[in-house]
Amino acid sequence: MLAKLMSLSLLGLIRFLTGAQARWYGCPPKAEQRIYFANHQSHADLVMIWAALPEELRSITRPIAAKDYWTQTPFKQWITTAVFNAIYVDRARTGDQDPLEPLIEALNNGDSIILFPEGTRGNAEEPQAFKAGLYNLAEKFPGVVLVPAWINNVQRVMPKGEVVPVPILCSVTFGAPLRVEPGEERRAFLDRARQAVIALRDV
Amino acid sequence: MNQFLRSLSATQQVGALFLIVFGLLAIVSTVVLILSLRERGDDAGSEARRLELRNFNGLLKTSWLMVVVFWVGWASGERVATVLFGIVSFFALREFITLSPTRRGDHRSLVLAFFVVLPIQFWLVGTAHFDLFTVFIPVYVFLAIPVVSALADDPHRFLERNAKLQWGIMVCIYGMSHVPALLLLKFPGYAGKNAFLVFFLVFVVQSCMIVQHLASRRMQRPPVAPNVSKSFNWKSWAIGVAVASFLGGLLAGITPFKPGQALAMALIACIAGSMGHFVMKALKRDRGITNWGAQGQSVTGAGGLLDRVDALCFAAPVFFHSVRWYFGL
Repeated sequence: MLAKLMSLSLLGLIRFLTGAQARWYGCPPKAEQRIYFANHQSHADLVMIWAALPEELRSITRPIAAKDYWTQTPFKQWITTAVFNAIYVDRARTGDQDPLEPLIEALNNGDSIILFPEGTRGNAEEPQAFKAGLYNLAEKFPGVVLVPAWINNVQRVMPKGEVVPVPILCSVTFGAPLRVEPGEERRAFLDRARQAVIALRDV
Repeated sequence: MNQFLRSLSATQQVGALFLIVFGLLAIVSTVVLILSLRERGDDAGSEARRLELRNFNGLLKTSWLMVVVFWVGWASGERVATVLFGIVSFFALREFITLSPTRRGDHRSLVLAFFVVLPIQFWLVGTAHFDLFTVFIPVYVFLAIPVVSALADDPHRFLERNAKLQWGIMVCIYGMSHVPALLLLKFPGYAGKNAFLVFFLVFVVQSCMIVQHLASRRMQRPPVAPNVSKSFNWKSWAIGVAVASFLGGLLAGITPFKPGQALAMALIACIAGSMGHFVMKALKRDRGITNWGAQGQSVTGAGGLLDRVDALCFAAPVFFHSVRWYFGL
């Protein structure tokens, strides 16, 4: 109940500040199992893409959150678990545990996921090189549709180190799905995926 | 008829005005609907007509929205109306800032503009602090914003960035806030009818824009400033201003003005509004866009509200001050 209220007020706030517009270019919003992957520049990216998805997809799509940051305080933990239904991943690899383990579990359950393949937030115009996780998941789940997305303007709403957001219209552009071609190298695929995300900037 | 209208109370008169406007809109909407059902050809001509119809439909939708907003504002009192215009101003500024790229160092100034300046300005309007609200932004805010920006320690293109922000504040907050201010002007013997004054302003400015648009479509003339606007020329501009001012003169009965005064006031409002719209076009050209909205074209997906209200934002302060000054209110 509290989580529902929180999610509604959060949605309202985001629409008020950013418009939270979704632009579906390469594919329609559709309830199939998907991995959305996007550029990452701000903590608000996760919230932004979550808010841009239509209601029906939001409930079956789980964002990825960095465990070290999002479990720092009880409130952060509550909001990521109860409101976003997020999957925690370890950014620092500990021991021999596969960091993709929680993602694989979620995909096995039939959920869609939101992934930021850069692994961390960048400050540059273009996203950094993608990490291998996206490729590994695509190999493991060939049936899951890979959808690139470009999140526009969010870094202007709340730059690093600021606490008060300012209202600036933002949008998430979803592009045409990608797949790993037979025999495609990991690096080649990751670069192609990155280009697909960047290309959406100018759509 | 005239006798009957005069016998009504102020509230009833304003109510009747809205009934007439809503009725007219309903008729026009029905006609457009019928036209859109009839249009079926496949040749290029009917394609163009369809496009025109769709454009007109967009204009009609905005008109409905604006009239409903005004009606709600009037029906629920001046306070609510002020808040309503405050929200419009907020969204307009959001569009303006979205398409005028800011840097990290502007963040605090933006916070100041949206969450401090805007509420204070509309609060000053709502509480009728006229003397303060006319100088609050040009004097205090315009000196405070650069200070906040300078404290952010980023001198890169400093003047340009501040000018951008201040211009946005000027048009979207300062200009817009003068519309609800009209509701609070105290004309002797005009109590309760100030909604007419807002209607008068919006009506003449909007008709000026429409007539000018239609006139420039009819007669192809060399544009005055082709890099800014392909359609703006002095002749169609003069026609637009003249027709709208004449309409304003005819509307003198609902204003506290005599016909001559109404004509002059409408003239002032139309010149300010149409010139303001033209200036905003230059800003848009600089950003490489044709309008603040253009859904599906601009990356931001902005709504294009500013396109609709920019003329009003320029006309309102000029109109407000000339009325106040001339009538010594």
